[in-house]
Amino acid sequence: MSDKAAPAAAAGGSRAGMKKELPERFRDYKHVWVLIEMERGVVHPVSWELLGEGRKLADKLGVELAGALLAGPGDASTKAIEEAFSYGADLVYLMEDPLLADYRNQPYAAAMTDLVNTFKPEILLMGATNLGRDLAGTVATTLATGLTADCTELAIDHEGSLAATRPTFGGTLLCTIHTLNFRPQMATIRPRVMAMPEAQEGRTGRVVRHSLVMAESDIITKILDFIPDANMDKAQLAYADIVVAGGMGLGRPENFKLVTDLAQVLGAEYGCSRPVVQKGWMPAERQIGQTGKTIRPRLYIAAGISGAIQHRVGVEGSDIVLAINTDPNATIFEFAHMGIVGDALQILPALTEAFRRRLAVNRLAG
Amino acid sequence: MSETFDAIVIGAGPSGNACAYVMAKAGLNVLQIERGEYSGSKNVQGAILYADALERIIPDFREDAPLERHIVEQRMWILDDKAHVGGHYRSDAFNEEKPNRYTIIRAQFDKWFNRQVREAGALVVCETTVTELIKDAKGKVIGVRTDRDEGEVYADVVVMADGVNALVANRSGLKKEVTPESVALAVKEMHFLPQDVIESRFNIGEEEGVVIEVAGSVTVGMVGTAFLYTNKESIAVGIGCLVSDFTEAQVRPAFLLEKFKNHPSIKPLLAGSEVKEYAAHLIPEGGLNAVPQLFGDGWMIVGDAAQFVNAVHREGSNMAMTSGRLAAETVIEAKKAGKPMIASVLSAYKKALEDSFVIKDLHKYRRLPKVLHNNKHFFTDYPRLLSQAAETMLRVDGEDKRSKEKKITKSFRSTRRIGGLIGDMFNLARAFR
Amino acid sequence: MNIVVCIKQVPDSAQIRVHPVTNTIMRQGVPTIINPYDLYSLEAALQLRDQVGGKVTVLTMGPPMAEDALRKAMGIGADKAVLLTDRFFAGSDTLATSYALSMAITKIAEDEPVDLVFCGKQTIDGDTAQVGPGIACRLGLNQLTYVSSIEALDAKAREITVQRRSEGGVQVLKTKLPCMVTMLEGSNTIRRGSMPNVLRAGREPIKTFNAAAAGIEDVTRCGLRGSPTVVKKVFAPKPRADKAKLIDTTNRPTSDIANDAVEAIFAAAPKLQTDLVGRAAQA
Ligand SMILES: Cc1cc2nc3c(=O)[nH]c(=O)nc-3n(C[C@H](O)[C@H](O)[C@H](O)COP(=O)(O)OP(=O)(O)OC[C@H]3O[C@@H](n4cnc5c(N)ncnc54)[C@H](O)[C@@H]3O)c2cc1C
Ligand SMILES: Cc1cc2nc3c(=O)[nH]c(=O)nc-3n(C[C@H](O)[C@H](O)[C@H](O)COP(=O)(O)OP(=O)(O)OC[C@H]3O[C@@H](n4cnc5c(N)ncnc54)[C@H](O)[C@@H]3O)c2cc1C
Ligand SMILES: Nc1ncnc2c1ncn2[C@@H]1O[C@H](COP(=O)(O)O)[C@@H](O)[C@H]1O
Repeated sequence: MSDKAAPAAAAGGSRAGMKKELPERFRDYKHVWVLIEMERGVVHPVSWELLGEGRKLADKLGVELAGALLAGPGDASTKAIEEAFSYGADLVYLMEDPLLADYRNQPYAAAMTDLVNTFKPEILLMGATNLGRDLAGTVATTLATGLTADCTELAIDHEGSLAATRPTFGGTLLCTIHTLNFRPQMATIRPRVMAMPEAQEGRTGRVVRHSLVMAESDIITKILDFIPDANMDKAQLAYADIVVAGGMGLGRPENFKLVTDLAQVLGAEYGCSRPVVQKGWMPAERQIGQTGKTIRPRLYIAAGISGAIQHRVGVEGSDIVLAINTDPNATIFEFAHMGIVGDALQILPALTEAFRRRLAVNRLAG
Repeated sequence: MSETFDAIVIGAGPSGNACAYVMAKAGLNVLQIERGEYSGSKNVQGAILYADALERIIPDFREDAPLERHIVEQRMWILDDKAHVGGHYRSDAFNEEKPNRYTIIRAQFDKWFNRQVREAGALVVCETTVTELIKDAKGKVIGVRTDRDEGEVYADVVVMADGVNALVANRSGLKKEVTPESVALAVKEMHFLPQDVIESRFNIGEEEGVVIEVAGSVTVGMVGTAFLYTNKESIAVGIGCLVSDFTEAQVRPAFLLEKFKNHPSIKPLLAGSEVKEYAAHLIPEGGLNAVPQLFGDGWMIVGDAAQFVNAVHREGSNMAMTSGRLAAETVIEAKKAGKPMIASVLSAYKKALEDSFVIKDLHKYRRLPKVLHNNKHFFTDYPRLLSQAAETMLRVDGEDKRSKEKKITKSFRSTRRIGGLIGDMFNLARAFR
Repeated sequence: MNIVVCIKQVPDSAQIRVHPVTNTIMRQGVPTIINPYDLYSLEAALQLRDQVGGKVTVLTMGPPMAEDALRKAMGIGADKAVLLTDRFFAGSDTLATSYALSMAITKIAEDEPVDLVFCGKQTIDGDTAQVGPGIACRLGLNQLTYVSSIEALDAKAREITVQRRSEGGVQVLKTKLPCMVTMLEGSNTIRRGSMPNVLRAGREPIKTFNAAAAGIEDVTRCGLRGSPTVVKKVFAPKPRADKAKLIDTTNRPTSDIANDAVEAIFAAAPKLQTDLVGRAAQA
């Protein structure tokens, strides 16, 4: 029960053949929108990825591509708007208000629903980030429309509906979901799945301003503080370029130094499998996998990790996976791109040395 | 909280479930404690269920128990490295209204059985390990200690149904540890295939199943056997040998299983399947001689914990269920008669076992473990000789059949001197008697 | 403090198989577990209850079998359990699920007002992270998602202060009760229930609501009919045809093996090499 992705698939054979019969009231919903997610002046890169993808959808439908930017007053939005145009937006809906300076569900949800009700997009895309997921659920519920979460692929079907594909059951299956008869069709999309578009310098578009009707006194949740990560030494695994991780194969807590040593030489983040956390050898925020962090680095090095499905789903988006395992039959070799059948306790230091030498040599040469 | 139950059952395998079910059905206040996440979660998947033992406990079990296929064909194969010789028995008589043997998946079956236990009124607590028995000043068992906070619970009688290692009994000094010579280590895998593929591959109908029992060179000279069962959408394959042999031969069980799966007679049956669930488990094979003291003041032992397995016919769960039922009936009788749960009263359990097939069958095969252990050539020379013989006979190469027969006889004799051959036959026959 | 924790019984994704031919899920023998994320929320709720008193009710919508999940949660320490089950709920998407759950919570609140609703960050089968926000929206609860720690709960002032994970840092937020909280994984460790607790969990009757009992009059808002999304296709991901390329390790010194690995990585990702070298040069 619950979750379209799962049992509905089994039970809903009849629904799969359901036809699109868009009610009259939704007929004037047009254009593709992307939420430009900005926090404290920084735009989350997933927004640009989505503009790239949104451009394709808009072209296919023959409609416009718009960015929706909710922001506090300041210069950051000017720059963000310029960038949005360069990444393919035809126009940007801008709501600027001190109440939107930091993310809070209540003002953001009010702003976004108001924008949608006023300008009526047919497709609304957001990043499947903490912000995007927090906001999308409220907006979709308020608008009583369908929302497909955490998508990895988008397309337009022959009837002009959004076909949103997403993994389910921890990545064992994929399903394609449509919101046939409600508007907008909403989806959140995993960061780092869609390609980053090329910026086209000098490309411009229109800005449509809209104002927020709300006062601070209307908002119940107060922001007491913001503690940036840099001050907290929290793992930045999810967005790291390179991640080195160790599993139970390393045998003893001391051996995890081999992992951090390699990570240091590569300027990488480090992580581990779940049992390592359960043993207390590494803190929970370093756990990679289904019940830990999902990572999408350009390089993932896994040492002494067997490659159980719960671990796999957290690392599958990596560009390159290098596995080190003594067991040639370890499942990790089924999805790793490269493998070394060998003792991680020997291979890791050798890799550290090899990278160190390689980078040093290149520095001299360069 | 010092509530006293009528009975505590340790373990929710077939023996524990049978015991708890029968007692709960009779209205006793029963607590069953299982270490695993649920009944069946720790059990090796894929097995044969013998209907009779269960029918005596839950007569209409066929209505909703998760049964895979009923068995219509039994194949007995002896393998050498390249070939198999053997016999098949298939009969439409097995397609009866109430079939006698089924393949089951233990994880599902045990879960179902345990649900019946709960519905019968027993209280089942999982993810809880019994660490030891609690005894009173006179040494009578009065409850158990578990690994949870405030984890002591009390009962008039404790039934140990905790499987082959029988750790609770060992730790409480009621039983000696099992020896490597008296347990086999079995490894097993589930191979998933579409239902129609299984049915066409084994030439069976929708509900029908096949069992293949295998002996021979796959165990590389160790005492042991291999098997293959068809489930609805999967095939269970496994192989088991005595633990002492594994240690002596320095062979890894996983290696044996690989070898078995890659045997030319087995490989095509598994082709294209998706492997899941590798599991290893011990089987008591010490026979009658390994059976411990079965009861005492406030306690009884049932199932694998009591070493009730007939290794030759690979019967275990039926003995487990039967012993569980008999223990339960002993408690119910005592309760009815208002008798205390002391050794002299609980001895009725042993008596009932002796009157049942459980002890009778174990008695019949009591010599077999030793015979096999001392005659390893059953697992090395004979398979090869049999296979050579068959090949010699079947190959049409211009040689006359009479010469071929001579050649075969000679090959047998050159490997085992005639006295040895006769001795082998005698030993084996006696062990089976 | 009256706390409701929404938990979902999910198939253990480690054990799910896809039928090689029909691409459908083979549910045969797949065990179910409590959605692991929900356990962090359950533990947080139990800690608050232990701190300020009150009771924790676990709520699930699912088939009758989902009772197992509720009993397990009671064994861990929840005081009460409610099972929301009706054939009308089958095939619900997140919108319909949050509707049914919010109706059940409203019903529970009739006995005593609900101060806090906890949901898991997301499920491992649906994986949408939308049901919690959906419930909050419908019930007008202040919403605190991705909470990494609960700093303070002032029962008298009816205020809660939490740390919430956001991009690049942690927000310290204070809001009023009633509110809906989802906890971040790793934010606590689920406790192990005591023996008296598990005994109670095994015995206590579980309150069961069907649609009508949950106060749902219009069942077209539930299940498939109440779900705007339509699953058109379910399929298995294309298995990677190529297994890992193994670096030759036979009789070679470890340093050579490592060098080969570095070569192979840089050959496959030349841009990574440029970036790394660039970074090394700056350092
Ligand atoms: C609901 C649920 C959620 C889960 N979530 C997660 C999750 O988020 N993340 C996660 O990681 N797991 C998760 N798990 C656990 C997962 O199923 C596995 O148990 C876990 O990933 C195994 O960790 P491991 O590979 O480090 O250890 P093991 O399975 O013990 O594997 C160790 C590996 O190291 C190899 N090895 C041994 N010695 C050496 C050596 N000297 N050099 C090199 N290799 C060596 C071995 O061959 C083996 O492959 C979850 C499980 C469940 C049920
Ligand atoms: C590979 C293999 C194939 C087999 N095939 C067949 C077959 O085809 N047909 C057949 O009839 N038999 C077969 N058997 C034998 C059969 O599985 C056993 O005889 C049967 O399971 C015994 O039941 P049991 O209840 O005594 O023990 P088990 O099934 O082992 O159950 C013991 C239970 O107790 C629990 N437990 C253990 N210790 C504790 C503790 N301290 N506290 C709480 N709980 C505890 C365990 O988790 C377990 O659930 C096979 C065995 C193996 C290994
Ligand atoms: N059927 C359900 N019953 C109870 N709670 C649920 C159900 N489905 C989802 N939830 C809750 O909502 C959270 C998010 O689920 P999801 O949106 O499916 O990722 C879960 O962690 C649960 O706390």
